[in-house]
Amino acid sequence: MREFLDMGGYAAFVWPSYAVTLAVVVLNIVWARSSLARSRAAARRRLAAAGADA
Amino acid sequence: MSDTRTAAPDAASVLEAARLVLERDLTLALRRRGQLVQPLAFFVIVTTLFPLAISPELARLREVAAGVLWVAALLASLLALEFLFRDDAYDGTLEQYALSGQPLTGLMFAKTAAHWLLTGLPLALMAPLAALSLGAPPDAVPGIVASVAVGTIALSLIGSIGAALTLGLRRSGVLLALLTLPLSLPVLIFGARASELAIHGEPYVAPLELLAALAVLGITLAPLASAAAVRISLE
Amino acid sequence: MSWTWFHRLASPPHIYRLAQRLTPWFAWPAGALILAALYGGLVLAPPDYQQGDGFRIIYMHAPSAWMSLMVYTTMAVAAAVALIWRMKVAHAVAASCAPIGASFTIAALVTGSLWGEPMWGTWWEWDPRLTSELILLFLYLGYMGLRGAIEDPQRADRTSAVLAVVGIVNVPIIHYSVTWWNSLHQAPSVMRLGKPTLSTPMLVPLLMMMLGFTLFFVAVLLVRLRGEILVRERSASWIREVLST
Repeated sequence: MREFLDMGGYAAFVWPSYAVTLAVVVLNIVWARSSLARSRAAARRRLAAAGADA
Repeated sequence: MSDTRTAAPDAASVLEAARLVLERDLTLALRRRGQLVQPLAFFVIVTTLFPLAISPELARLREVAAGVLWVAALLASLLALEFLFRDDAYDGTLEQYALSGQPLTGLMFAKTAAHWLLTGLPLALMAPLAALSLGAPPDAVPGIVASVAVGTIALSLIGSIGAALTLGLRRSGVLLALLTLPLSLPVLIFGARASELAIHGEPYVAPLELLAALAVLGITLAPLASAAAVRISLE
Repeated sequence: MSWTWFHRLASPPHIYRLAQRLTPWFAWPAGALILAALYGGLVLAPPDYQQGDGFRIIYMHAPSAWMSLMVYTTMAVAAAVALIWRMKVAHAVAASCAPIGASFTIAALVTGSLWGEPMWGTWWEWDPRLTSELILLFLYLGYMGLRGAIEDPQRADRTSAVLAVVGIVNVPIIHYSVTWWNSLHQAPSVMRLGKPTLSTPMLVPLLMMMLGFTLFFVAVLLVRLRGEILVRERSASWIREVLST
């Protein structure tokens, strides 16, 4: 296990690379979901406003 | 817009319209000389900054002269872009052009040509002065003039797209730079290389040809894009 | 030839529901592929004979770089389709692409820099691929800056679409000029370690990771697309239906 984590001496380069890229992957999921949620909330508000006018 | 056009305008009238636009832009610009001089003064000031920042030794400056010259020329032409469409957008001239029944692409090309005559060409004529002050030998002058003259054609064309895209935006200055500079990098690379070779007294035809290829590509495509962008801004 | 099927297919409510239904079909295989490729790349693949375990950065760097270019191409194609056929849905696709592509471009730059330190001995090397990647990031930033600066949503769509098309025409020119520029100044960048030659057990996880990232892109795009369609849609009846679920 320790040997695996050490990455043949390249741990300081390999693990940050994986961390950054996988963080981008996870952030994309979070951003996409929150942007959809925002749009849905905005659409709901628009509908409510239209309904109040009618 | 195009529905009002009864028949496709023939080639002669397109050329005539383009010539009128060119003449109009040149006349208007010559009335406001202050605006014309600003990019040139900017160019001179920027090239003066480098000896002060790096060193007054001509041998050292000569090494970076081509790069300094081109970065300064790129920024100066960027500075001049704001004037390209601004006044015409304010007073409705652009709208008139779009409604005129003449192909907007041709008129955009004429406007860009006027812009190059008013900024690119003077920059090309100023460039040798700056180059000499940075330690370039007098033999390099033809190469520098040629590369800046051809390169600024491409820069004006790329810039016309950026200026058209940012039409009507309130704070467009930084955005215009953000849009235009990445697209201008090939011009910077080939132009600086041509000037560098000229300064070192080597043949500079190859990068000059690449610059010319960029200019030709720009002439064929850029007016289409800027015409499309202008139409969108008028909708 | 009848275009009605095409318009029905491209109608916002249809695309919205389709995107919702398709998302898991891309998301789960993407997750499975990425996990399998991680195991293959970190554990199963043997170390490179020159770079040792350092070469494993490739499983993050190359797929990110692939994403940066593939997403930009998708964005530009969607923008062109949107301009030519005046399709709102295609504008929504283009708008969804930019943040995804920009984030993976940043990942490609960071991993390239992390790979550069053991390979070249510097954190940043002006090598043509990293430089092109950096310029691609500028193109993404310009696109997003332009889109953000225009208040009218329709105008923002169409103006930024023109920029995306102009950008994609320039990408090969920029790449060529940067490669040319780099070939002039080769001398200082002597690689300390050779480029890895990938054997099959090294290559398979890489291809799996690239496929996994691609499917992941589609899944994220579909989620964002639904939001972008909602923003652009005013017709209340189907939105009410969609929001109730």
